[in-house]
Amino acid sequence: MQIDMTVNGRAYSADVEDRTLLVHYLRDHLGLTGTNVGCDTSSCGACTVHIDGQSVKSCTVLAAQVRGADITTIEGMANDEELHPMQEAFRQCHGLQCGYCTPGMVMAATSLLSENPDPSEQEVREGLEGNLCRCTGYHNIVKSVLSVAGGQS
Amino acid sequence: MTIMGTPRLRKEDPKLLTGEGKFVDDIHAPGELWMGMVRSPYAHAKIVSVDTAEAAAHSGVHAVYSGKDLEEMGLWIAPLPCVWPVTDDMLNPPHVPVVTEEANFVGEIVAVVLADSRYGAVDAAELVEVSYEELPAVASLDAAVTGDALAHSDLDTNKAYHWPLVPDPDALDAAFANAAHTVTGTFVQQRLIPAAMEPRGVLAVPSPHGGDITLYSSSQVPHILKVMVAATTGIPENKIRIVAPAVGGGFGAKLNINPDEILAVTLANRLGLPVRWTETRSEAAFSTHQGRGQNQTIEIAADAKGKILGVRVHLDADMGAYMRLITPGVPLLGSFLYTGVYDVPAFGFTCDGYFTNLTPTDAYRGAGRPEASYAIERAMDLLANEVGVGPDEIRRRNYLNGGEAFQDLEVASTLVFDSGHYGPNLDKALELSDYASLRAEQQRRREAGESKQLGIGLCTYVEICGLAPSRALAGLNYGAGGWEHALVRFLPTGKVEVVTGSTPHGQGHETSWSMIVADKLGVDPDDVEVLHSDTAISPLGLDTYGSRSLSVGGVAISMACDKVVEKARLIAAHQLEANPDDLEFSGGVFRVKGTPTAELPIQGIAYEAFTAHNLPDGMEPNLQEQMTFDPPNFAFPFGTHVAVVEVDEDTGGVTLVGYTAVDDCGPQVNPLIVEGQVHGGIVQGVAQALWEEAVYDEAGNCKNPSFLDYLVPSSMEVPSMVLDSTETPSTSNPLGVKGVGEAGTIGSAAAVINAVCDALSPYGVTDIEMPATPQKIWRKIQDAKGGEA
Repeated sequence: MQIDMTVNGRAYSADVEDRTLLVHYLRDHLGLTGTNVGCDTSSCGACTVHIDGQSVKSCTVLAAQVRGADITTIEGMANDEELHPMQEAFRQCHGLQCGYCTPGMVMAATSLLSENPDPSEQEVREGLEGNLCRCTGYHNIVKSVLSVAGGQS
Repeated sequence: MTIMGTPRLRKEDPKLLTGEGKFVDDIHAPGELWMGMVRSPYAHAKIVSVDTAEAAAHSGVHAVYSGKDLEEMGLWIAPLPCVWPVTDDMLNPPHVPVVTEEANFVGEIVAVVLADSRYGAVDAAELVEVSYEELPAVASLDAAVTGDALAHSDLDTNKAYHWPLVPDPDALDAAFANAAHTVTGTFVQQRLIPAAMEPRGVLAVPSPHGGDITLYSSSQVPHILKVMVAATTGIPENKIRIVAPAVGGGFGAKLNINPDEILAVTLANRLGLPVRWTETRSEAAFSTHQGRGQNQTIEIAADAKGKILGVRVHLDADMGAYMRLITPGVPLLGSFLYTGVYDVPAFGFTCDGYFTNLTPTDAYRGAGRPEASYAIERAMDLLANEVGVGPDEIRRRNYLNGGEAFQDLEVASTLVFDSGHYGPNLDKALELSDYASLRAEQQRRREAGESKQLGIGLCTYVEICGLAPSRALAGLNYGAGGWEHALVRFLPTGKVEVVTGSTPHGQGHETSWSMIVADKLGVDPDDVEVLHSDTAISPLGLDTYGSRSLSVGGVAISMACDKVVEKARLIAAHQLEANPDDLEFSGGVFRVKGTPTAELPIQGIAYEAFTAHNLPDGMEPNLQEQMTFDPPNFAFPFGTHVAVVEVDEDTGGVTLVGYTAVDDCGPQVNPLIVEGQVHGGIVQGVAQALWEEAVYDEAGNCKNPSFLDYLVPSSMEVPSMVLDSTETPSTSNPLGVKGVGEAGTIGSAAAVINAVCDALSPYGVTDIEMPATPQKIWRKIQDAKGGEA
């Protein structure tokens, strides 16, 4: 199947098997391996990317479903000079340890703040419920997101 | 300026935050083949036949192998290793990568396919036809003990070993004979799925003409893996390179020698093509090892005031279907800690290990020590109830050395605790958690008859880390040593490379080790590069597990730095024409005492050592030193955890509403990282207490092998935590450091269940089995009310 999409501002076109998942298209075809796979059931959120600005778990989307879409992955968040504010906040607050859930967590968190720029701690916890982390106990992840929210308000 | 002890942002983060970090599944090799595993759907079955024809004929399939095919190919010379035969007569049925005759757990590999794509490997595996003859399965630890069915048809028992640690049986009997109070706790340590977020994966890249092979593996133990690949496959060890790239968490699950690792290496070598595989989440759940799986009985004998006279413990431990790398030793790692932080005059511990037809067990965060801490800390609350004092008071009455500071104190389990100071640690935790106010609020809710009752749980744990003195490991029949290696090298331009045998997978060693080096050598931490986890770069090491990396590996680095400074001192003395003893070193500069203008920076000396133009006679060029540190003793961190729960009496639901931890891991290198380790550890222990359990049906099927129904907590289930620390230096190493990677997990499960039982105490509830689900709690409440519901 022929698919076309924009990923991190660059246009891509490819012929893929119909069943190709978006996450495998990004990882195995485009080499954008920052988006990780942590489960087979869209439970963990490690594969979260933005599709037309909305956070979506890319392990349960067929590449063919997002033809023509504008995709942003973790590789598209920082510019050449500096990290995205959310990435910087995770660094400042020690919001990551092994780093495997981190790309998905950053993508989910930026999407959360675009919907709710000034969330309470409880709203952050609810907003990130679909992203699992085994290292941090979430304490510093929540702190990271709140620090960006505070900075924005 | 001292860098150690101050919070410092991690060097590791920018790569991991931007997707630059490379995990195994991110790395590719030209021409690679994808493995797919055919796994037994039966817990116990004879393999009648394996038909590979249809799979082999499928488009894109390169090869298909049954266990017998692989056996005939002679790819390995020994079964997968168990390096901890805890007794001389321990049973250890051979565990080969692909089974040939009898499958012994659901998920055991029966056949392997090689295909040219990720999806193609899965397709082909489904086309392999296997015919089984089902055998009776031992689907629980209780069934294994009963022995009605046998887990292995060619063994005449399920009992793998009996291991006793009873230093003085007569004294123990006397303690119980003379007791005014005795309490008995029977606890179940349910099976847990480690669930590191990165599934395990491998990529083996051969060099058909050169004869060497590189294995990329998401492993905690690349150095141990290298030795074991050689021992298992017969490939010369010097031809094997193991690389553990970015590793997405371990928690013990990546501390093993796995069938897929041996298959990838041997098939890649045989075919001359790269071979790769990444497990699915379900494969991670039921075929990579699980943790815990123990039935515990603990008895405490005490005098009239609750002063402990003796502690007696028996475990039945579920090995699962096979002995993996350290399966039989996991309960032993806890055996010495069942006396906790208490002055216990008489102690006895026995453990029986049993085979079941379930996923093998092995190390999971804490490995034996959370189980021990849970048992003694739950039993202390039982004793407090029995004696009629508070949980804080019963602990104070029994602390080693009366809660005062001590060093090098031998305890009843025969170990010598390096240092402790338990009283002030408890005081700090009670104050920080506002314990008195919590008790008042609990009383208020009880008197008001509110539906949400408060429970407050204490745990004052001790753990054993810094694994380990090699001679102590020899005494436990462990097959390797416990040292760690470090090399510190100045480069000509004054930058520093550190080569370490520790192998981080989230712990931030690059940051912490560079802080140690910066302090020791007087250089900027950003001038220090830490090299690790690749046996071609770091050939010597014993890897990261058991909270050992700082107190063994970090100390080795510190001691190597001392050697570097001493060599640099000789060069400086030579060039300054001074006596080495007249030089002082601080801030990276040697100065002649009393002659402030006569100075040489160590980074300049590094260049002098490189050019070797003007060194003392007979000195080797270059400025690098190495150190292999084998600690004289373990380290014993401790701490107090206070869990606060709300129990909804109408639903049985538990909400963790507060958590305070005051840990003592000795001097901290990077408090930011220490706190992160404690946070994550706490939540893993809380998860065991309240949510997680690998549930098996009567046929031996794991019923919840995905994140849909294995309840790894999300951000919604846990609160923010309040942390603080005390600092009692270890006597086991020159930095005085202890270790903190598992502390949170070791303290939290007992604290939470103590809190739940505390909330339910008006109903006379003294115990609840983990995980304390709403159903179990609701049932306890209804039973107490007379079962009218």
